[in-house]
Amino acid sequence: MSTTVLTVDDSRTMRDMLKHSLLKAGFRVLQAEDGLDGLEVLKTEQPDVIVTDLNMPRLDGFGFIEAIRRHIDHKTMPVLVLTTEVDSEKKSRAKAAGATGWIVKPFDPVKLVDAIRRVAV
Amino acid sequence: MDSMATIRRTFFQECEEQLGELETGLIKMESGTQSVDTVNAVFRAVHSIKGGAGIFGLDGLVKFAHAFETTLDDVRCARLLPTSTVMATLLRAADVLADVVRAAREDLPFDDNKTNILISALSKLDQNAVIHETSPPSESITEHSSTDTGSKNWLINFYPRRELYAKANETALLFRELNRLGVVNVTIDTSRLPELSQIDVDGAYLSWTINLLSDCTESVIRDVFEFVDGDCVLDIANPTEAIVVDEPPEFYGGFEFFAPMGVDVSDTAQPVEKIEVSVKPENITGKVEASATSSIRVDLERVDRMIDLVGELVINEAMLSQRILEAGIVRASGVAVALEELEHLTREIQDSVMAIRAQPVRSVFQRMPRLVREVATQTGKLVRLLTEGEGTEVDKTVIERIADPLTHMIRNAIDHGLESPEIRLAAGKPAEGVVRLAALHRSGRIVVEVADDGAGINRSRVKAKAEENGLISIDAALTDDEIDNLIFLPGFSTASAVTDISGRGVGMDVVRRSVQALGGRISISSRPGKGSTFTMSLPLTLAVLDGMVVNAATHSLIVPLGAILETLQPRAQDVHPLDNKVRVLSLRGGYVPMVDVAMALGYRSEAIEPTKSVALLVECEGGSQAVLLFDTIQGQRQVVIKSLEANYRAVPGIAAATVMGDGRVALILDVDAIVAASRTDQSRPETIRADITLMEAS
Repeated sequence: MSTTVLTVDDSRTMRDMLKHSLLKAGFRVLQAEDGLDGLEVLKTEQPDVIVTDLNMPRLDGFGFIEAIRRHIDHKTMPVLVLTTEVDSEKKSRAKAAGATGWIVKPFDPVKLVDAIRRVAV
Repeated sequence: MDSMATIRRTFFQECEEQLGELETGLIKMESGTQSVDTVNAVFRAVHSIKGGAGIFGLDGLVKFAHAFETTLDDVRCARLLPTSTVMATLLRAADVLADVVRAAREDLPFDDNKTNILISALSKLDQNAVIHETSPPSESITEHSSTDTGSKNWLINFYPRRELYAKANETALLFRELNRLGVVNVTIDTSRLPELSQIDVDGAYLSWTINLLSDCTESVIRDVFEFVDGDCVLDIANPTEAIVVDEPPEFYGGFEFFAPMGVDVSDTAQPVEKIEVSVKPENITGKVEASATSSIRVDLERVDRMIDLVGELVINEAMLSQRILEAGIVRASGVAVALEELEHLTREIQDSVMAIRAQPVRSVFQRMPRLVREVATQTGKLVRLLTEGEGTEVDKTVIERIADPLTHMIRNAIDHGLESPEIRLAAGKPAEGVVRLAALHRSGRIVVEVADDGAGINRSRVKAKAEENGLISIDAALTDDEIDNLIFLPGFSTASAVTDISGRGVGMDVVRRSVQALGGRISISSRPGKGSTFTMSLPLTLAVLDGMVVNAATHSLIVPLGAILETLQPRAQDVHPLDNKVRVLSLRGGYVPMVDVAMALGYRSEAIEPTKSVALLVECEGGSQAVLLFDTIQGQRQVVIKSLEANYRAVPGIAAATVMGDGRVALILDVDAIVAASRTDQSRPETIRADITLMEAS
């Protein structure tokens, strides 16, 4: 069974791009459009890794991660946040919320896959 | 299919949507009706564009979007108040962003001056922003350069805090990473582990000492611990001072089991060839991207292909139905009943397919605020744009083609309709003029209105101008409406000086012609001192047409139903010849010119006797009427429009063609052209005849 990655991003371009890179690397890809949508997916799916954007409508990345960490089944689910190089403040906020690691945008597909492999059991 | 190209296309599509959101949001902010969500959505729009642009290496776009985003962030975090000055800059930035996006899409160079001016304007705003917090210094990783390329023995002390586990980090995975760098020997320290009864399941009690034999630099090792930085005590000893720990591990005896795992993982790095296939099951069982909004994106080409096919289906169905009738099968028979059902279904399929292409006019309306700002700035007028019915749906082909006339109508409304602020104030009106743009459905057509609250049409000036230009005879008795509609006549322009804005070399006659080319109508109504309203009505689609099938001599023709006012049976006493060629019909106290269509198209040389013909009273542009004479009427039906220009070439008097049930081509009449030709140019029939003969022969 290949590693399943849930990508949460409100940008279709970003979702397509992530999907493209992840499929190429042999991952199975699930997609959600924002935090709430992501939690909805988690009701029926157990991805190995979650990759989430921070800035999203309805429920942003921080709230999404906090919700995951509060949930007994998802506590140990690795969550990588998509963040820009300059956003160190956001990075630390995401870490505080419980993010496992981060991927710097615009991401290099190799680094993306590498980051996922680093946290995927 | 090149998937990168597809994603790129998606990106630019998405950009257009984001730009629309951005504009809508900014306008809400400007009018003070924004909510927190509006500001967030505006920020997100720019942020998304920046993110996508980064992927495709569109550096200019990233740079500009970044500057824009920074200022929006100030507004979002209430460091900067959205005053009118701030909003003006943001709106201008949105306009420039749209330009930069479009330039990037077309791979065109962009004038850096434009972006630089705004970037500096934005950064000026940033400087005014109230700083609530000092942002933490950006992290810098110091690269330990090492000239020594030989293997070194690194000693790493690693003591995770509970936060590390709380964030779903896994120590074993870190060791797996280290294992990739070289030879690893891991020793666990369990001395802090309490009694089982006192253990806190979320606690952190273990620490490790790791020996790494590798030629890597310290920063590479630190990179492995990048995600857990701050959540652990990490001590990496300088390899030159490395103490070789050869003491045997106490519990797990190293982590050799990570080696096979590493191999296993690198296996999955093989690219999957059949991406499509591996995706399919997920689409069914998993979460599909767009399922949340219950909509999918389809290439327009595919929809168009489907519409073409459904068009063929409609034609085939009609042909089949004709054949069955010809075969003498009675209407009550099973075949006829089944056929009727097929006909019904075909019509439903056609309607459904057409509905797929229907889109809200929002995409066109969204472009207008920018236009209004530009024209308002150029003319020095104060303008507020109100839009209504943005959700009104119409076929995509129509949407694409209303943008130009609409642009012109709005330019005209501001430039000629609205007065300058001083004049408005003097007239007791608010200095700010209002232009209202509205769309609605009315009797199977879409109606778009552009209304201004300006001075209205200056009728005496319009009439004088028309007389001066020889468009109407002096002392012609015209109703107010007729005078207003004079502005659509070719060669008419009331502005004393052709301004750069409305001018552009085209007048309202060009607008009217382009609207007519779409099978639409445009008219104006005006109230002096109160303003004018332009009303444009268009068919909902350009793919099918409801028409009346008529016979002219031996030919079948289609008259667009929208043009027909009524069907008449002329009486002999109502027919009055004006000269040899032109006859008029006396109708309810007025006279209407009659056109024998078969003769106008050159199908016969002898005019038909009006009393023996079927007459259709049609309305031409500008509201004038004419009577078209035909031999017989076959009935009313919906036909699929096939462009003559695409399949043959443009023919005067004929708008398009269609294929009838018997497989023959029927021509769709261009009512206005036929009437106009018979009115002005008597040599026309010859030309048309030649064309038609040619076409039918081909």
